[in-house]
Amino acid sequence: MTDFGSMLFVFVLATFIGLGVIRRVSRLLYTPLMSLTNAISAIAVVGSIVVTGADHPLTIRILGAVALFASMTNIVSGFMITNRMLKMFKKQ
Amino acid sequence: MRLIGDLSAVVATALFIFALYWMNDPKTARRSVIAGVTGMAVAVLATWAQPGIIHHGWIVLAIAAGFLVGVPLSRVPLTAVPQRTALSHAFGGLAAGLVGIAEYFLWLGEPAGTHFTPFRTGALVVEVILGFLTFTGSLMAAGKLQEVRWIPQRPVTYPGQNFVNLGVFAAAVALGVAVVLHPTAPWSGQAFIAIAVLALIFGILLIIPIGGADMPTVISILNAYAGLAAVAMGFVLDSKLLVTAGALDGSSGLILSIIMCRAMNRSFTNVLFGAFGKAQPALASGEQKAWKQETVEGAAQLLEQARNVVIIPGYGMAVAQAQHKVRELYDVLTKRGVTVKFAIHPVAGRMPGHMNVLLAEANIPYSALVEMDEINPEMPQTDVALVLGANDVVNPSARYAKHTPIYGMPIIDADKAKTVLAVKRSKNPGFAGIDNELYTLDNAWMLFGDAKAVLADLVKQFSSGGIH
Repeated sequence: MTDFGSMLFVFVLATFIGLGVIRRVSRLLYTPLMSLTNAISAIAVVGSIVVTGADHPLTIRILGAVALFASMTNIVSGFMITNRMLKMFKKQ
Repeated sequence: MRLIGDLSAVVATALFIFALYWMNDPKTARRSVIAGVTGMAVAVLATWAQPGIIHHGWIVLAIAAGFLVGVPLSRVPLTAVPQRTALSHAFGGLAAGLVGIAEYFLWLGEPAGTHFTPFRTGALVVEVILGFLTFTGSLMAAGKLQEVRWIPQRPVTYPGQNFVNLGVFAAAVALGVAVVLHPTAPWSGQAFIAIAVLALIFGILLIIPIGGADMPTVISILNAYAGLAAVAMGFVLDSKLLVTAGALDGSSGLILSIIMCRAMNRSFTNVLFGAFGKAQPALASGEQKAWKQETVEGAAQLLEQARNVVIIPGYGMAVAQAQHKVRELYDVLTKRGVTVKFAIHPVAGRMPGHMNVLLAEANIPYSALVEMDEINPEMPQTDVALVLGANDVVNPSARYAKHTPIYGMPIIDADKAKTVLAVKRSKNPGFAGIDNELYTLDNAWMLFGDAKAVLADLVKQFSSGGIH
């Protein structure tokens, strides 16, 4: 069974790492930062894959497939547009 | 198999943290995408390879559909990036909400409800509430940004609005508590669906009273919600990878929200419940000072004779699609030895960092883009401040006019420059609906017209020999 203590522990530590790292992000890059974190949080895709692909009733798998589609859209468009924007930042 | 899953999660987490770390400098930022994509690929493949996954056709189909929609969404014009971002928050929320519903009914189908511990059921309720309110809230925000016809742009308020909103939210929470206490009761399934429906309604109600000027803050808050929905999903699915990635996204949204709020001198609650941008009572200002209008020739002369020029862009520049003309002006001026910098207010544009991206697209080097706090000490030595479609962020009333909504908002000190040139489309006030006394200062001159057309005329002055 799940060990909630350790899950909460991971959550708190990850939040602190997040706050520390994000605080140092260049102010020039807040828009690409948001599209990048969008793409990263679409890691929800792993949950959707399990719901869609496992041997579940049909309705459940349909819900999973829609969620998988939504996450995948975020991954693809998030990383692609981040890359597109970052390419534009030139020093000279 | 379990080991491979754990290892891949650790690798993906590390890569995600590196991706964010490299965003601290535009020079290293492009590595971020490589790290992020690699981390994602590792996580997806490791999950897909699990023995329990048997319906591969479904997965391939959903992924293909994701590409089909995702690729065009990544090619939108940069003025539309705020809408795209809001839309992706909506998708993130939708995914979390749907997986939450699926999990609940899966658990309900299992004998004796072994999965329903109070903690996990609680996480499930939180996931569904956050997911669905982020879904409709972000859709509304995207609609407002895209200026969809049937979604009002201006904030919509009515008496008792906050009461209604909080009532809907409280009802969802109360049902949530009931479901946590009795997860397998005969009515629990319907109650769970009702929670989702209430969250969907709450998301809409939350965004209705919010206006365009607050969009940078609202997008950041929805960003944080989307991240937290992913965290809750991690608790439900017992996935440390999801909890970590969601926490990274959530803390990013939180920090951006704080920065945006500070840049407007407002609190979270004020943004969400304050309905900024409503019609303000007219100012009972004593004498109305007159504007002085400048000709394009005169403005070109001023710019030509300046040693340093600070351009202050606002959303008006983006609306007029004037970025590339700005670049031409930047070129002719730098060629003549004028130092040109851009002063960027944190809330200029429709989302955090929007102005930087628009100017970078026009090939303006990022070394010329200067933050408000860094440029303000230089303003008194600036020969010309050129205000381009910005309004409230350069309004000196923010320093002292206590009765205006912009009071206390940090501004770019355009008024301290030796000369102010302001390009403005019309004589109407800005978002906050207040007169801008910058325009009537002794050292200020107005250029009325569409930003793009005015800039084109200015550039022409330099090239057609009007000025040599």
